[in-house]
Amino acid sequence: MDSHVAQLQMQYRNYILSLYQQGFLDDQFTELKSLQDDGSPDFVAEVLSLFFDDCVKLVGNMARALDQTGTVDFSQVGANVHQLKGSSSSVGAKRVKGLCINFKELCEAKNYEGCVRCLQQVDIEYKTLKAKLQDMFNVSVIIVHMNPVSVWDDFNKIILGKE
Amino acid sequence: MVCEMETDQTEEMDVEVLSSMWPEDVGTQADNQFNVEKPAGDSDTLKEVDIAEKRTMADLKRLPELLNTTDQGSSQLTNLVRQWEYMQDHAVRLLREELKILTKQREEAEAKELKIIEEHNFETEEPENVPVLDETSHLFRRFRQKKRDELVDSKRVVIDEEFDTVAYWKQKALSLEKMLEASTERERRLIEKLNESLKTMESHSAPVEELTQNLKRAEGFLHFILQNAPIVMGHQDKDLRYLFIYNKFPSLREQDILGKTDVEIFHGGGVKESQDFKREVLEKGKASKREITFETDLFGSKTFLIYVEPVYNKAREKIGINYMGMEVTDQVRKREKMAKLREDNAVRKAMESELTKTIHITEETMRAKQMLATMSHEIRSPLSGVVGMAEILSTTKLDKEQRQLLNVMISSGDLVLQLINDILDLSKVESGVMKLEATKFRPREVVKHVLQTAAASLKKDLTLEGNIADEVPILVVGDVLRIRQILTNLISNAIKFTHQGKVGIKLKVISEPSFASEEQNETSVWICCDVYDTGIGIPENALPCLFKKYMQASADHARKYGGTGLGLAICKQLVELMGGQLTVTSQVNAGSTFTFILPYKVATSDDHSDDQEEFSDMVDHQPEPDDTTEGYFQFKPLLGSIYSNGGPVIGNNFLPHKVMLTSPVRIINGFGAEPSNNTGQSETVQVGNGGYMDETRQNCPESGHEYGNGNGGCSSKESESCSSSQASSEGGVLEMESEITVSSSKEEEKTETSKPKILLVEDNKINIMVAKSMMKQLGYTMDIANNGVEAINAVKESSFDLVLMDVCMPVLDGLKATRLIRSYEESGNWDAALEAGVDIKTSENDQTCVPPTNRLPIVAMTANTLAESSEECYANGMDSFISKPVTLQKLKECIQQYLQ
Repeated sequence: MDSHVAQLQMQYRNYILSLYQQGFLDDQFTELKSLQDDGSPDFVAEVLSLFFDDCVKLVGNMARALDQTGTVDFSQVGANVHQLKGSSSSVGAKRVKGLCINFKELCEAKNYEGCVRCLQQVDIEYKTLKAKLQDMFNVSVIIVHMNPVSVWDDFNKIILGKE
Repeated sequence: MVCEMETDQTEEMDVEVLSSMWPEDVGTQADNQFNVEKPAGDSDTLKEVDIAEKRTMADLKRLPELLNTTDQGSSQLTNLVRQWEYMQDHAVRLLREELKILTKQREEAEAKELKIIEEHNFETEEPENVPVLDETSHLFRRFRQKKRDELVDSKRVVIDEEFDTVAYWKQKALSLEKMLEASTERERRLIEKLNESLKTMESHSAPVEELTQNLKRAEGFLHFILQNAPIVMGHQDKDLRYLFIYNKFPSLREQDILGKTDVEIFHGGGVKESQDFKREVLEKGKASKREITFETDLFGSKTFLIYVEPVYNKAREKIGINYMGMEVTDQVRKREKMAKLREDNAVRKAMESELTKTIHITEETMRAKQMLATMSHEIRSPLSGVVGMAEILSTTKLDKEQRQLLNVMISSGDLVLQLINDILDLSKVESGVMKLEATKFRPREVVKHVLQTAAASLKKDLTLEGNIADEVPILVVGDVLRIRQILTNLISNAIKFTHQGKVGIKLKVISEPSFASEEQNETSVWICCDVYDTGIGIPENALPCLFKKYMQASADHARKYGGTGLGLAICKQLVELMGGQLTVTSQVNAGSTFTFILPYKVATSDDHSDDQEEFSDMVDHQPEPDDTTEGYFQFKPLLGSIYSNGGPVIGNNFLPHKVMLTSPVRIINGFGAEPSNNTGQSETVQVGNGGYMDETRQNCPESGHEYGNGNGGCSSKESESCSSSQASSEGGVLEMESEITVSSSKEEEKTETSKPKILLVEDNKINIMVAKSMMKQLGYTMDIANNGVEAINAVKESSFDLVLMDVCMPVLDGLKATRLIRSYEESGNWDAALEAGVDIKTSENDQTCVPPTNRLPIVAMTANTLAESSEECYANGMDSFISKPVTLQKLKECIQQYLQ
């Protein structure tokens, strides 16, 4: 079992590393993780879930705005993109952020097709990231919870004097 | 007689056989017939004529008689002779003429015959060249000769019969005519056949036409494909000019393409590449394929799969290329997407399989871990509080006794913390997340402290000794906490199982052991640490399971001595984690020795300032400068303690005694003789020493037993200094270990007192969350405004020490908001803001309208884009800017700049 944990641990680390290497995440994510402490043990998860909720909302807004027949309100799209850019930058979602920068330019240029394309990419990208991070968190939860039962028993015995 | 008869008979027989074999009649007759007929040639007939003449000449014989008689007769004779002679000559001449004609005719006939035979030969197809062997050919020739003879013979018969007659020639002519007819017939038949085959030839011409038709259809089909296939096909000469092209881009006309190169026709990305590729193919003479992405004005971004092959003429010279291009943009995109999906899928699958593999373990560990985490946190927090308070207490003015008690309290609390950490450590080591720290430490001091601590709670008459070899470096680098942990564990273990005698630690430098990994560099030193005792020992059969969790040498032992059997497991794991090895040797009733070998980096003792800090207070309190190099320590339980429930804390329960004489033996003797009269001078204390809780509880039956201080009077200066040094060093260590708790409490304190007010103006929830969390870590709280208007209202309502302002915001952006705030600072009123249409909440405070005294520091948070340049920030009255994303470091620097 120990080896399982160690193996999983290793995979977990490699997986995170791969996320950095593949450009899904940047240093800001590290920063984010460093903010998590005993006082706020689920900080990263909270921020990320907020971020992904935000993504859903903003992408939805943009899709609606771009779906308008007739004139498209590019300023509205732009405002949403800006929001998304800020959020993604804050959580270190590097790829999403990169796309948002492009998106914003396209938006300013009022390039409708470009915007639609970019929106699709953003949609894919944040969902991919979400899936990957979800995996990561699942594993981390497991690792955290994989401390052997024995430890708990020890704890009972030593600290609480129970058998 | 008989014999004669017989021979006669045989003779007769012979005659008979002979006669039967050769039927004479037939043969002779035939012969005769031939013979008779054969000589009957021309000459015979003449002879007969001659004979007939001679018979008439028989009168001549009688002529002399006549001559004699008549002259007349003689002249008559002469005339007759002359006449005869003339007739003779005439006849001869006629005959010769005749002969000549006949011969000629015969020759003619023969020639004709030969000709016919030859013709026949042609027809009868006599194999002329077949015979190869001489004999056969000879035979054959003979045969032919014979045949010809026969033919001639038969003719001769005809000739014989009707020679020189019209009938003969008629017959011959007839036969020839027949032959002619036959040959005419043959000719006719052949012609017929020829006509027939000619007809069939004509009839055969029909399929050819059909084939032509088919070919035309195929050609049409081919043409259809060429023109409608979704691929571009072209042929280019060796200068890569198009000679013909199919399915060109629709807006291009033929004349736009033909005779031109790609580069001349198209512009944009990929064109050059494709041209180069074609050239390459042409040069290499090897057909090949490539995917090229074009980015042209004409048709935008498209990926083509291009197949190019060189074309040769008959002389094998390259004359151009055939080129075929297919648009694969979507395919490429799909392929990439697929690859990505597959990759993701594979990763996810791998994860999934791992997850399912471990899922059954998870369930049971989940609960345990959760409780452990909660409990350890629950325990650690108040304990930190206790230790922290004790720590604070130790800084107040205390008398010696109080200080000692406090030190015990701190070290005990420390040990409880340590124990909790132990448990967490074990799980950390097991799960592979344990991280080792590299800190400088002095091995001698570590040993001393461990022994001191052990001595502090020692309730047995044991001697604790430390012996460190001279070659052991003064300062090494390693994870001192873990090493202390190991030593403490081993020592407490040793003490637990030892009832008399001594327990000790021996340190010496050894050469690199065989199991050492190559990572160790040359600055490493391997130190072997023996922890020995004179205890009950371990039976050999129990040794293998000694380091297993929850295993003790026997159930008896477990009952008698208690404990969890966890200590050694932790030790072993820690030692192995640090790249070392833990072994044990033991002899029942004689003692055990636990030996661990660890690599350390050697550190120089004088280099770093933090090192100085670490040991600074120790130096202050330690009068003996040689303490750092001291190689021998000994502790004995000098003070007894009475454990009484609920009893008041009166004084220190122990006084570890340190001896610093050069002759250890004497010292041991000096103190070893005395423990028997350890009575009196008992200052009791209630010990709730968590670190050794189990041991302590096991030993509880002994409570009440008093360890007297036999050396009461000789509680010398040495011992005093020792205890004080211990106290200070314990304090020092504690300060390091509980740094987190202390510092956090300090920060809290700081915020309580100074409490700078910070306003964060930011519209993005996530950014707010992150920034807030960072601020929290830095020990500050913030107010939040979601846009410029809110910010202005917030600034108006209360005064802030710092504003962090996002630049790009809805409603009112950061630049404008800053400008308005600055205008307020200058004018003391919000008119500018009102003018700008900012909805300002009015309150009674407005009436006062006091212009702020200080310029409010406003720090912009920019995304570092062109629209949010730093110049613009400064131009709008901002003091500084932080580029996004905000990090802890940036925030810290900013706060340091403006709040301190």
